[in-house]
Amino acid sequence: MKKIEAVIKPFKLDEVKDALNNIGVTGMTVTEVKGFGRQKGHKEIYRGAEYQVDFIPKIKMDIVVKASMVDKIVATITEKANTGKIGDGKIFVMPVEEAIRIRTGESGPEAV
Amino acid sequence: MKFIPILILLTLICSSVVWAGDEPPTPISNKEAIELVQTHANYMWTLVAAALVFFMQAGFALVEAGFTRAKNAVNIMMKNLMDFSIGSIGFWAIGFGLMFGATKTGWFGTTGFFLSDFQVPDGDPWVLAFWMFQVVFCATAATIVSGAMAERTKFSGYLIYSIFISVLVYPVFGSWAWGSLFNGSGWLEGLGFIDFAGSTVVHSVGGWAALAGAIVLGPRIGKYMPDGKIKPILGHNIPLAALGVFILWLGWFGFNPGSTTTADKSIAMIFVNTNLAAAAGAVLAMFVSWMKFGKPEASMSLNGALAGLVAITAGCANVSPASSIIIGAIAGILVVFSVLFFDKIKVDDPVGAISVHGVNGAWGTLAAGIFNIGGTTGKIIGVQLIGIGACFVWTFVVAFIIFKVVDKTIGLRVSPEEELEGLDSTEHGGNAYPDFAVSTYAQK
Repeated sequence: MKKIEAVIKPFKLDEVKDALNNIGVTGMTVTEVKGFGRQKGHKEIYRGAEYQVDFIPKIKMDIVVKASMVDKIVATITEKANTGKIGDGKIFVMPVEEAIRIRTGESGPEAV
Repeated sequence: MKFIPILILLTLICSSVVWAGDEPPTPISNKEAIELVQTHANYMWTLVAAALVFFMQAGFALVEAGFTRAKNAVNIMMKNLMDFSIGSIGFWAIGFGLMFGATKTGWFGTTGFFLSDFQVPDGDPWVLAFWMFQVVFCATAATIVSGAMAERTKFSGYLIYSIFISVLVYPVFGSWAWGSLFNGSGWLEGLGFIDFAGSTVVHSVGGWAALAGAIVLGPRIGKYMPDGKIKPILGHNIPLAALGVFILWLGWFGFNPGSTTTADKSIAMIFVNTNLAAAAGAVLAMFVSWMKFGKPEASMSLNGALAGLVAITAGCANVSPASSIIIGAIAGILVVFSVLFFDKIKVDDPVGAISVHGVNGAWGTLAAGIFNIGGTTGKIIGVQLIGIGACFVWTFVVAFIIFKVVDKTIGLRVSPEEELEGLDSTEHGGNAYPDFAVSTYAQK
């Protein structure tokens, strides 16, 4: 089993989710995060005082799947989340030691 | 058939006996009846206006909450609730008598405490209507201060101050300018001081007390850096603040025209002046912020509307609508530069209360002299300046002393840990938004 962590632009969420559903991804966890990479922040001004906004809002998707699905998923996300502009995000893939379905107690690849 | 004329005659005789309690109407009783209708209209207008001004408390609460952080929102609500509640009782017990009681000196009243002017149960209730209108004005002055002192003031310390502004600071100055509206008489109004609805009496009193409080308190943690940089602390809900400004604008339609305490045609021009000044203030503040900062800024534009309203309050009954636009426009420009100025000298005012109410209260009072419909003279301007100065000296000095005494005794400011965690939990054991995880924007 592998975990795919994808940090993407928030407005891309629906598009990516729909595409993943179409290739057979049946679950995911999504969190609202903020971050930056090489995309610099920007200056804003409030009541005459300037401040730097370094953190940009993003969406992080966590998907745990059988190892055989990883390449397809990474390709789908890469295609759908891409705008060509700076700040498109990153995908990380990492091994998962165990997975358990709480309702039934199943574990292993059958649980994802 | 013969009975019909007699029947008609009998009917007429009976009905004239029943009419108006046994007596037919006379010119004198008609005059009294008409005057009574006017009296009733005066009561109606004064009390409806009082209700509108009361609703400004909601406006202030929303403006202050919107311009400050979510972790302090409950504290803002509590301060505003208590300003009005404690103020009501304080003004009933002591303030009204000091402000409007009979006076030998012209410096403060000595009768009418505990609303003794009203003989329960069937005395002349006009004193009640007048008190109701005046108490909401007192509460307006009191609540102005809570904005400038937001996010770092000890609640108990604030309550003590709140008592004193309602029973001492506000009513004493008020007696100088408005005492003769009831049983009193003030030295300042005797000079011809013009402040129809209270640019100085209400707004500058609130504004200069706010200045004293902000100075004694010191700035919020993280606001001013050692290298001199000013760090913005973002308001958590600009739509709330905007709603608050709209509510204040609405309430001002009771504040200014209601000060006639008379239902007559003069309220029309006062309404128009009030609206035009607010509009001009908002527009000019927006333009100034646009030019200075590159984008039209919401919080400054909102402050601009309020500044216009404060500035027209003194002269709303004796200036023309065209003049109101000029007065409001200058207020809108002034408020932006004033906000920047107080930040520059490191007086931290989270909502701009000092700039909106103190500075523009003074400008509005001066403007009432300059733009007086009957023409202006050096004497008129001079008296306005005396009033502006007297208000500043009295209010700032007394408020400063009160805040210092509170600071040295029970303490005026919360500890740094409490300030960073947020007053909602530390002062009130509460949380304004328990369903949301609240994170603070500002870096320390």
